[in-house]
Amino acid sequence: MHWTNAVAMIIMIMSGWGIYDDYVIIPGLHFSSTFRLGSWAAPSLLWHFAGMWLLALNGLAYLVYGLITGRLRERMLPIRFRELAQTVRDTLHFKIEHEDLTVYNAVQKLLYIVVIVAGISQVATGLLIWKPIQFSSAVTLLGGFQAVRIEHFIGMSVIVGFLIVHVALSLLVPRTLWAMLSGGPRLHAGEESS
Amino acid sequence: MRSPFRPSQPPDPAILDDHRRLIRLIERRGILRGGLSLGMLAMLTGCDVTSQPAVDKALRLVSSWNDRVQAALFDPNHLAPTYPKSMILKPPKFNAYYDITEVKPVDVQTWKLELAGLVSDKRPWTAERLLGLPEKEMVIKHICVEGWDYIGGWSGPTLRSFLERVGADLTAKYVAFKTADDYPSSIDMATALHPQTLLATKYAGAPLADPFGFPVRLRMATKLGYKNPKWITAIEVTNRYPGGYWENLGENWFAGI
Repeated sequence: MHWTNAVAMIIMIMSGWGIYDDYVIIPGLHFSSTFRLGSWAAPSLLWHFAGMWLLALNGLAYLVYGLITGRLRERMLPIRFRELAQTVRDTLHFKIEHEDLTVYNAVQKLLYIVVIVAGISQVATGLLIWKPIQFSSAVTLLGGFQAVRIEHFIGMSVIVGFLIVHVALSLLVPRTLWAMLSGGPRLHAGEESS
Repeated sequence: MRSPFRPSQPPDPAILDDHRRLIRLIERRGILRGGLSLGMLAMLTGCDVTSQPAVDKALRLVSSWNDRVQAALFDPNHLAPTYPKSMILKPPKFNAYYDITEVKPVDVQTWKLELAGLVSDKRPWTAERLLGLPEKEMVIKHICVEGWDYIGGWSGPTLRSFLERVGADLTAKYVAFKTADDYPSSIDMATALHPQTLLATKYAGAPLADPFGFPVRLRMATKLGYKNPKWITAIEVTNRYPGGYWENLGENWFAGI
């Protein structure tokens, strides 16, 4: 699920930049064609509206699985402020060990929750930008069509921000990468993997 | 001939003993998994995926699937929000596949609206006759696929009343348009019958100006801007998918909002 999501996210971000460039939100901010998926707006839109299925269905499966098995609650909660402060302090001292990969630290938990919420919000605002008339009351509730466009853009920025930190940290703790590729952390000898 | 890949000296069998642990670690499952990722790698090295015809075909297939999803999402009874007349932008925004300076005005004396396809009364319409039809006015938002929008005030007969008047088959799938600026377009019948779909002849109470489609253009509250052809010269009711200018270049056909 993680890697399907990674592919879907990259498709959505890069094709989204192609669509954004047609009518920019921040004057002067354009995305270079190197980072755009689709040679002009129409192919970018084709990618975006194909990628959305991958992102939404995979995301839905992840959330349903996480909620039913209780995995989401078990991994993400609780977040204690003291742990949060401690982890931030450690990180600033370059102490970013990650002894037990099956347990997330407080900052990880917070960031993962933020990015999951951002992902859900992107699907919702994306749907509203796609169908602003069919869902006109929801669009009005969120401040109008242009406001929803900006919210969709902010959601993208949050996810890209997360992505940079996420990739940088996983490269700093290379053990996590192996676990991600092999399907789970290596357990101690003698332990049965399930 | 000796294979160039064969080592000149046979390997020392003791190597196997040294690596016994590693060999035990090789699992069938691991090899399968590895093979799978190798396949993925082969796909990734396709590199410039965007220019592959097969990819383009697949994307367009999803796009026509999205047409069907949008048709299902479309509520024929849901009305788009309307706005006070004071919010109408004057003049409206010009947008076409060419610049406003290249607009070729239509001569209203020789202009005719022709009818084709599943229509019982195919007599062409003059501008005078069209302007004599009962009008409806709507102040709605125009939303462009690029992302910008503005509020415009349009009036003219509803497309539904026009289609009923000429005896069109309202169970047909598509209504297609031809225009004086070679901008073919087509819409689904459900949207054609929506109460906020007009054959607009006026903007903000005055006859359409030349750049905006004089004497008649389509204005729908429920579709993106590019689905609204200007300077209409022919309307056809058909069951055969007619496509359109941008649609043939890859834009989505349904383009409902």
